[in-house]
Amino acid sequence: MDIIISNASDKPIYEQITSQVKNMIINGMLQEGDALPSMRLLAKELRISVITTKRAYEDLERDGFIETVAGKGSFVAGKNVEFIKEEQLRIAEEYLQKAVHVAKSGGISLDELVEIITLLYREDI
Amino acid sequence: MEHVLQVKNLTKHYSEFTLDHVDFSLPKGSIMGFIGENGAGKTTTIKLLLNLIKRDAGEINVFGLDNTRCDRQIKEQLGVVLDGSYFHDNLKPYDISRIMRNIFAGWDNDAFAGYIKKFKLPQDKRIKEYSKGMKAKLSIAAALAHRPKLLILDEATGGLDPVVRNEILDIFMEFIQDEEHSVLMSTHITSDLERIADYITFIHEGKMIFSSSKDELIYDYGLLRCGAEDFKNISPSDIAGYRKGQFGYEILIRGKAKMLQKYRRHTIDAASIEDIMLFHIRSDDR
Repeated sequence: MDIIISNASDKPIYEQITSQVKNMIINGMLQEGDALPSMRLLAKELRISVITTKRAYEDLERDGFIETVAGKGSFVAGKNVEFIKEEQLRIAEEYLQKAVHVAKSGGISLDELVEIITLLYREDI
Repeated sequence: MEHVLQVKNLTKHYSEFTLDHVDFSLPKGSIMGFIGENGAGKTTTIKLLLNLIKRDAGEINVFGLDNTRCDRQIKEQLGVVLDGSYFHDNLKPYDISRIMRNIFAGWDNDAFAGYIKKFKLPQDKRIKEYSKGMKAKLSIAAALAHRPKLLILDEATGGLDPVVRNEILDIFMEFIQDEEHSVLMSTHITSDLERIADYITFIHEGKMIFSSSKDELIYDYGLLRCGAEDFKNISPSDIAGYRKGQFGYEILIRGKAKMLQKYRRHTIDAASIEDIMLFHIRSDDR
């Protein structure tokens, strides 16, 4: 399991962790029931503060990707991948809805909007 | 949240300096960086914590106990490293072990020997032959060998090279793998804190400027750069501190997300802990 942290990125470190772990779960690299490293170990290995890893794990738990069992650690949740994807799709749709709204009121054409999305999608991870 | 250390309204008067109502607490299992310029009151605060000097007012609780009344009990579980080595020059690591086991009930010879080995400290050399980095690591080994729950360090990494400092940061990260363990460290090297610290407490001229989570600080503060004309358009209430240069202004702002919306035309960079510290001190002078 690789987690790569960039200090130069605009994205906060906890978000870098959550998005990479989510990605691994959706790609199937992490399977249901797989154990995640403890928050303290992850902090030590990445040389970041425990608060940061704690926040990342809390966010992952809130979004249903992992489950934390007191005294045992954190595990990939039993939710199926399809459901998670569905959930992500719904969130993406929500944001796109806003983008479309702005585009329409700003006189931006569908083609231009699609072009922007394509560009953004390709440059960002 | 449980706290290992609680400081309330801590006050100490000297003729030239007053430590003025310092307030902060350190949650269990975390690392707190204690920053401020020379003479800001960091060492005074640490001496008060260690009950080496008497406070004039306020409260200090360590492990939930009053630090003057339960001195002995607290110190058994406290590891302390002050600036420089405080062992006699002619001693060798083994001698330190022999002395310390008479002082601390919880002194663990094997743990000490383990740290000596791990930190690659020569056993047959006298301390006077040790390098500065070795002395610092020896002090940390001695502070950890009675299995403390709280480690307090005052400028323990001052004057050390990046390699040794890195090793020492690793020791701290290793130490807090146990959730019962916490660290309070004063330092001038804020880049060390930028990564590993959970909380930052900043004092300036004896007064506390802030004590908060490091993530909150570095994600909330930002540096906005603009020209003299634009500076006039920035509302004073958004300015936490600024520096006027020959070719423009650097402004420390809070609430970065909101400010990015408000001042769309300007670039807002991330602010480091050092920036936050410098701008706070400077705006004080203006």
